[in-house]
Amino acid sequence: MGNARLLLPESMAPGDVVKARLLVEHPMHTGYLQDLQGRLVARNVILLLTCDYGGREVFRVEPSSGIAGNPLFEFFFRVQNPGELRVRWVDDRGLAGELLHPVTVQVPAGPSAGA
Amino acid sequence: MMHKWLRWCGVMMCWMCFAAPAIAQTRQLPQAQLKSGLAFAGADVRALQADEFGNPAQLWLARGAQRWREPQGAGGQSCQSCHGDAQQSMRGAATRYPSVDVKTGQLLNLEDRILQCRSQQQKGPELLRESDDLLALSLHVSRASHGMPLRVDISGPAQPHWQQGQRQFFERQGQLNLSCAQCHDQNHGRRLYTDALSQGQPNGYPVYRLEWQGVGSLERRLRSCFVGVRAEPLAWGALESRQLSLYLMWRGEGLPLEVPAVRK
Repeated sequence: MGNARLLLPESMAPGDVVKARLLVEHPMHTGYLQDLQGRLVARNVILLLTCDYGGREVFRVEPSSGIAGNPLFEFFFRVQNPGELRVRWVDDRGLAGELLHPVTVQVPAGPSAGA
Repeated sequence: MMHKWLRWCGVMMCWMCFAAPAIAQTRQLPQAQLKSGLAFAGADVRALQADEFGNPAQLWLARGAQRWREPQGAGGQSCQSCHGDAQQSMRGAATRYPSVDVKTGQLLNLEDRILQCRSQQQKGPELLRESDDLLALSLHVSRASHGMPLRVDISGPAQPHWQQGQRQFFERQGQLNLSCAQCHDQNHGRRLYTDALSQGQPNGYPVYRLEWQGVGSLERRLRSCFVGVRAEPLAWGALESRQLSLYLMWRGEGLPLEVPAVRK
């Protein structure tokens, strides 16, 4: 558990609104299904997932039990400075996961500063 | 002299009786008509499988690549120490299982083979059957055969297993009193309630099933089939399950392996 993948566009310029895709490994047990031995599996879903960038929260979701296992989230945010996306989530068992993903921003090749 | 000749005749007759039907293995499903389960899946499932990032089996693939490199046991050997890069050394391996192990004479599926290697060669802590780590390794190995045609060996010591598998495939089972063949040979493409009946091809395993919310083996899928016709599921590790898998792999011979596959 605690495994996740994040995908950003290959090149981003300051001010761009970009799409982030986030795949989180989590069983999202609803509490109504049985395991391979026929025992009821206790509910265990992600309660809260947040994503911070540059000191601000850019995405927040409370998935609850209506969301499938290993959920895939897509959201948009505006990139400014190089930095990192910090994804954090916590589930019913109190287990927390974290993913840090670098945000590389291309400086536009405009007129040089000396001009 | 006469006696010897008679005995030779007898041997030949026996050989013809037993070997001839095996050579004339008739395919109920002609190879030109084989269709992967993907062909029976809905557009959303097909899109999820094609999505290289969003395909949830990617999480297991990443885990498998990690486990492949991890040293285990007292010897501190990883899978990679012996086998190198799986994408090179394991090319085509997954298309040949189940196969008969030369040393023990047992019919092993790919997961059995990984478990055997783990306990006898690597001497690492035992992996649990159907555990995420084992399935991840199996998926990692299968990935090396992506797009390669299924091609199991059913000659020699594998032949009786193939015959048993075939017998199971055509045997009516369970409270619904159905054989595998009645649905998957004779009625594929038609609907069972809201479900399209597939051909029951084994070319996408281990598979990510939305119903399971995770990755599972062909053995687990077969158990589900038994439950589906309300028959008693085969025990985990049962020889019959491997024999049936062998028959299914032969039946799907030529279909390209799809890894990582997603099914409903």
